[in-house]
Amino acid sequence: MVLVWLILIPLLGALLAWLGGRWSSACAQGIALVAMLASLALSLWLWRNGDYSLTGAGFTASLGVLPQWAFEFRADWIQSLGISFHLGLDGLSLLMVVLTNLLGAVAVCCGTRDAGTRPGLFYFNLLWNLGSVIGVFLALDMFLFFFCWEMMLVPMYFLIARWGQDAPGGRRREAAALKFAVYTQSSGLLLLLAILALVFFHQQATGVLSFDYHDLLNTPLRRDVAWLVMLGFWIAFAVKMPVVPLHTWLADAHCCAPAAGSVDLAGLLLKTGAYGLLRFGIPYFPEVAHELAPVAMWLGVLGVVYGAVLAFAQTDLKRLVAYSGISHMGFVLIGLYAGTEQALQGVVVQMIAHGLSAAALFMLCGEIQARLQTRELGAMGGLWATMPALPPLLLFFALASLGLPGLGNFVGEFLILLGTFSVAPLVTVVAALGLVLAVAYALIMVQKTLHGAPHRVGTLAALDTPTLGLIAVLGLLLVGLGLYPQPVIDLARPSVQAVQHLYAAGGAAGAGVAADAALDTEAVTTGAPQ
Amino acid sequence: MNAIQFDATQFGAMLPMGVLSATIVAVMLGIAVRRCHRVTAALSMLGAALALVCALPIWLGGTGPVVVTPLLTIDPQAGFYMLLVLAAVLGVLALCPAYFAGYAGDREEIYLLILLGGLGGLTLAGASHAATLFIGIELLSLPMVAGVAYAIHDRRALEGGVKYLALSAGASATLLFGLALIYAGIGRLDLGALAAALAGAGADTPLVLMGGAMLIAGLAFKLSLAPFHQWTPDVYEAAPAPVAASLATVVKVGVFAVVLRLLHAGGGTAAAPFVNVLVVLALASILIGSVLALRQDNLKRLLAYSSITHFGFLLIILVAPGAGTSAVAAIYLLTYVVTALGVFGAIALASSPAGARDRELLGDYRGLFQQRPWVVAALTLMLVSLAGIPVTAGFIGKFSVLVLGVAAGQWLLVGGLLVGSAIGLFYYLRVIGALYAAPPSGSPAPVATGATVAVRWSAGAVMVLLAVLLTLAIGVYPEPLLQLLRP
Repeated sequence: MVLVWLILIPLLGALLAWLGGRWSSACAQGIALVAMLASLALSLWLWRNGDYSLTGAGFTASLGVLPQWAFEFRADWIQSLGISFHLGLDGLSLLMVVLTNLLGAVAVCCGTRDAGTRPGLFYFNLLWNLGSVIGVFLALDMFLFFFCWEMMLVPMYFLIARWGQDAPGGRRREAAALKFAVYTQSSGLLLLLAILALVFFHQQATGVLSFDYHDLLNTPLRRDVAWLVMLGFWIAFAVKMPVVPLHTWLADAHCCAPAAGSVDLAGLLLKTGAYGLLRFGIPYFPEVAHELAPVAMWLGVLGVVYGAVLAFAQTDLKRLVAYSGISHMGFVLIGLYAGTEQALQGVVVQMIAHGLSAAALFMLCGEIQARLQTRELGAMGGLWATMPALPPLLLFFALASLGLPGLGNFVGEFLILLGTFSVAPLVTVVAALGLVLAVAYALIMVQKTLHGAPHRVGTLAALDTPTLGLIAVLGLLLVGLGLYPQPVIDLARPSVQAVQHLYAAGGAAGAGVAADAALDTEAVTTGAPQ
Repeated sequence: MNAIQFDATQFGAMLPMGVLSATIVAVMLGIAVRRCHRVTAALSMLGAALALVCALPIWLGGTGPVVVTPLLTIDPQAGFYMLLVLAAVLGVLALCPAYFAGYAGDREEIYLLILLGGLGGLTLAGASHAATLFIGIELLSLPMVAGVAYAIHDRRALEGGVKYLALSAGASATLLFGLALIYAGIGRLDLGALAAALAGAGADTPLVLMGGAMLIAGLAFKLSLAPFHQWTPDVYEAAPAPVAASLATVVKVGVFAVVLRLLHAGGGTAAAPFVNVLVVLALASILIGSVLALRQDNLKRLLAYSSITHFGFLLIILVAPGAGTSAVAAIYLLTYVVTALGVFGAIALASSPAGARDRELLGDYRGLFQQRPWVVAALTLMLVSLAGIPVTAGFIGKFSVLVLGVAAGQWLLVGGLLVGSAIGLFYYLRVIGALYAAPPSGSPAPVATGATVAVRWSAGAVMVLLAVLLTLAIGVYPEPLLQLLRP
């Protein structure tokens, strides 16, 4: 039941904040903040009181053993279609939920400037989105997962279209929001179709109509069918991550979104894609995932390099940060398909680290824009002289972004590269070059904003204390993650090991099938070892 | 033959139609004696509600089919479609008082027309003979012609009415000819035999093939499936919002009820040639409907295209065999009716009291949120439901059809549904974006004043509120509904 509250608190907070908006902006924000903090406290309580060593032991689905969850909740929902309200929490979900609540609270605090004339509705959309994201991280029923997945869409559309800003260069915010929505929705429909196909083939094989994660693991699929179904999942998750050929919505959405929306988008929505691959995309189809791995890893490399090059070329501060996100998520994709335990650990750390650093960078972008009324790098410069407090922070997070040792992003990228080297040395080498490019875009950002001659005389307003505090918290967490990532790694280990076992078993089975293929082209590939 | 004798069960089965007919007579006499807008509205709604109550036991009773003369057979399925038609009639009627409050001409006859259309819908729901089919369809369409052209002094309304009349008559003639050809082939006119003939048609029965094709063409016109859809946007645009709502709900539900009996009797499908035709019709409707809606700046025309797309989705049911399919049709139509009523209701509320022209251009809606937040919130939810996004009833409808399509292996149509939905989101969000955008600067419309208009409670507002609640309830917890509709 406690898991239901994790979702319900933000959703109820959303409704209350909407009502609260009738009185004042501060009231709505207060309600929203209280809701997110309550949810954060609840998730931290779960961290303290749960036994997160379970999943790995039981999740060797190849042996026919079901996953175990530290906390699980199941209630009937739509029995006639085999759909239940099934939630489960393991170390991986917990980390993501804590991150969501933390960044959610940060995003709510960012809202002061953006909420505008309808603060109630602004916080309603923000919290509704956050509640859905938590739902995505907890759902163990594919219908419920899709339900939450789609629920994220409309609030985010509104955040961009209603409270965003028209970007320079004639990009209208409605158009950017629409682009985001259409990309997400069309890939979401593919996801729905893939889910239905999986459920249907599962029903054909076993006679049981079920949308449950536990039931659908180990669904025997013909190889060609498995490919098609997996691609449905993969494309949906790849759009959200985003993987390079499908990334074009991201920069537009970011540069038109309000600061709170950007924090939410970069910190959380992108992570739902990676989480989806980790939880569903790979475990459902370990063998075909193996076959896809070379392509996926090279797409990851492409993302790393291309994102970094584009980031370097941007003249708009927010677009620069957005493209750097594509570069970072490229590492995540590489790590996911390398599939070794180290690489997957790196993926988890990288997701958290990028969530924290991107959130902070987007907040800083918002602060700079509020003072200079522009995000054009050409119109900046010299901030170090004209503004207290902000420049060192920007430098700090830029360094985090380029992967400075001692900060979280370094641990993530290092683990990913280390874990990938044994599997795909060439990929690792080229991806490591991406780190050099990261230095280039991070430093050009620092250089163009902070150094040089100031464009205007007189000092700018300092950061207010709450913002400073928030950014400091993010910074400290990043340092903590960089210096002592062990708690995170320990927490995620069982879940990561489970995925790694499945993936390795899939690789072995896939190789076996390839050998058998000469004898029997109609080989039915199943998750069970032969 | 003996004189027709009724027993109690048959009388009970006929009761909804009887009550509605009595209401029509009462309303007509009432208008003749003394015109009073309020009394007419109240009487019509009361009658429709009473008929609705009478139809409930037919659906829930679960008894076998009751044969009322060879022309009508009332079974639970008929009961369900009667309920749906009556609910839609009630919803449409609820919109009228506020909408026509400021109308300069005679306001009372619109109730009569809508009730007459409802009676046609009931007839179709229970039809078991080609004669009832034809009577039902004419009873459904002809009042709508008058309804579309209700503002008779407006050129546009008149043009729309004439267009609907001419094309509708052409479609009816095609349908009739089709029936005649099949009759020539098999020598029978009851729907059971017609359905069996359509299911067994082949190269050896050219008359049935030919007749079936013409029958499908006629019905497709009434359901506004592409390529028989051209009249739809013009007529929706010309019609007053409540009449457009009636066209989108009452007419289509009534016709689809009889289509199910003809082409999907007992969960089977029609013969292969017809199935192929239906697949083509479905794909064409989905694609043409959604593509033409893309750049549409008139909300009523956009909804016309959207309804074309939705009935394209619904055709998946006709080509998928299986006993569970009629339940899916019922779910989809129910969610569609709720949503369509909500959408037209919100438009009617936003346009009430009606001036010379409905508020229908996207420009009219720009920034309406500042002025009428509640109406716009309802409209947003309904558009999201039409787009089929979770938490709304529309998603459950789309989901059920999709499950059916995947289970039946209709990958082509499933693909069409996905493409149609993806394009659909684009144009629905365009409308939603306009609703919340900043009002156009310097616009002469009252929108720009920015003052919030208080919600005025009217029957229409209550109906929209109900639609909103139902949309959310079905969207979040559809299980009770699915259980109820389960055959």
